[in-house]
Amino acid sequence: MIRVNNLIKDYGQRRALCGLTFHAQQGEVVGFLGPNGAGKTTTMRILTGYMPPTEGEAIVAGYDVVSESLEVRKRVGYLPETVPLYNDMVVFDYLKFMADLRHLPDAEERVEEALELVGMIERANGYIGNLSKGMRQRVGLAQALLHRPEVLILDEPTIGLDPNQVVEIRNLIRELGKERTVLLSTHILSEAQQICDRVIIINKGQIIAEDTPENLQARLLGAKRVMIQVRGEADDVLPQIQAIPGVRQAVVNLDGTIEFEFLPTQDVRPRVARAIIEAGHELLEMRTISMSLEEIFLELTKDNAGLPM
Amino acid sequence: MRNIWTIAKREYNHFFISPIAYLVAFAILLVLGIIFALVIYSSSQNVFFGSVPDIRPITGSFAFLLVLSTPALTMRLLADENRMGTMELLLTAPVRDIELIVGKWLGSFLFMLTIIAITLVYPIVLNALVRPGIDQGLMITAYLGLILVAASFLSIGVGISALFSNQVAAFFATLAVLITLWWLVGFPANYVQTGADIFRYLDLQTHFYDSLSVGKINLTDLVYFFSLIALGLFVGTLSIDIRRWR
Ligand SMILES: Nc1ncnc2c1ncn2[C@@H]1O[C@H](COP(=O)(O)OP(=O)(O)O)[C@@H](O)[C@H]1O
Ligand SMILES: [Mg+2]
Repeated sequence: MIRVNNLIKDYGQRRALCGLTFHAQQGEVVGFLGPNGAGKTTTMRILTGYMPPTEGEAIVAGYDVVSESLEVRKRVGYLPETVPLYNDMVVFDYLKFMADLRHLPDAEERVEEALELVGMIERANGYIGNLSKGMRQRVGLAQALLHRPEVLILDEPTIGLDPNQVVEIRNLIRELGKERTVLLSTHILSEAQQICDRVIIINKGQIIAEDTPENLQARLLGAKRVMIQVRGEADDVLPQIQAIPGVRQAVVNLDGTIEFEFLPTQDVRPRVARAIIEAGHELLEMRTISMSLEEIFLELTKDNAGLPM
Repeated sequence: MRNIWTIAKREYNHFFISPIAYLVAFAILLVLGIIFALVIYSSSQNVFFGSVPDIRPITGSFAFLLVLSTPALTMRLLADENRMGTMELLLTAPVRDIELIVGKWLGSFLFMLTIIAITLVYPIVLNALVRPGIDQGLMITAYLGLILVAASFLSIGVGISALFSNQVAAFFATLAVLITLWWLVGFPANYVQTGADIFRYLDLQTHFYDSLSVGKINLTDLVYFFSLIALGLFVGTLSIDIRRWR
């Protein structure tokens, strides 16, 4: 449903996206988690046909976002981060206008259906300018749902809402995500964990981690990262380390050192050391290092210190 | 095509809740009303000398009023979408950039047509007051000229509005371009040796006051106005495109 390959976006001299690659299946709710300035909005604007990437390719609902932009836009529902709306319009008229731009044959019923879904039907005749932040958010969401899109792209859908509204919107998104593809962005870790089937963590225009919320949780709560150095070719040693149960994400770094992770419940370090020696290699160094993921999460959770993880 | 109509309709309706649009309509009708009263008064003084009042003072001043009023109608059209961020909605809806620009222009054009239609009261009343009536052929070409001038000005205004996020800036930039077309571009024609024809051709006043306003329909004038309309719409579309690629 969404396939992104090596996406790069430059704003003038400044590189906002440095080669993103990810995908999302139908019926999957994928969360884009990252601090402000990570590149979430930029990615979403490219996926919705608002602006083209500098390099790379993005396929949404089977169409290329650059060469088949109109086809993509027909099939995508988008809630921009700033929730732009016409304040001098009545809610119903605004949605009817957007429905007409999409050539919906039963525009008025669709507007009512969307308003019903977001629980705003009783405000249909009010002016948008008089709505609270939470209501604006819901009108924006209704706009994104008008044409029953295959793909929903929601940029920080719960930002600025009060806790009750947040719960409502999250439930709605989960519901919508059952048969659609939903890509949503957030800078709140707990939100990503609650709503998403899969979380992509991005920072400074790069994907740092991609996993299910459960695995991310485990990695966060205690996964330890270890660096080891052996005499000789690291590539020869790698398969033996990878074969040890409990060793995760073992890789050879450019400088010839090896890195892997393990959960604290299962300290694999002695077994790794033994395996290296038994295989006839010499172990020069082994030490735990701080995970870059942890640093990102410190950054991420700094603004939301009060929220439960 | 359908999108153009949807966008035009919204803009047209929006003018009716816009104080600036009412101000523009009121100012035009007031000034033309005063001129109309003067025409009636002066012709009633001269009635024994057999002078037939003509509508050129009305259509002529109307064309001049368009220079000042069309920028006020168009300044908001795209600059405000840029400022409020609603451009993001329009550019992620399945609407072509050109449809958006043409729709905005058409909405303002239809509103201006409405004002122009109301001003028809003046020549119609004049026609009823005098015998044997006014020169109707002249009236039709003059009004055709007014419509073409308005359409061109609005197109330029829409194109320039797309370049800005600030409607005041869009207003003054449009006004500057219209003043150039109206007064300034013709000046060099009197002083330069080569290319004088080009400056004379670019001068908007000649295409109105020397032709349509006096009952002549020339192909060159029509081409001139249609080129201006196309140019404004092109600039608008291009500017959206540039914003995307930035
Ligand atoms: N229109 C723009 N012009 C220039 N730089 C921009 C623009 N939009 C975003 N950026 C920059 O690109 C980076 C990514 O921004 P953004 O995609 O908005 O991040 P996020 O949505 O994750 O907060 C930031 O460094 C930001 O300053
Ligand atoms: Mg953002």
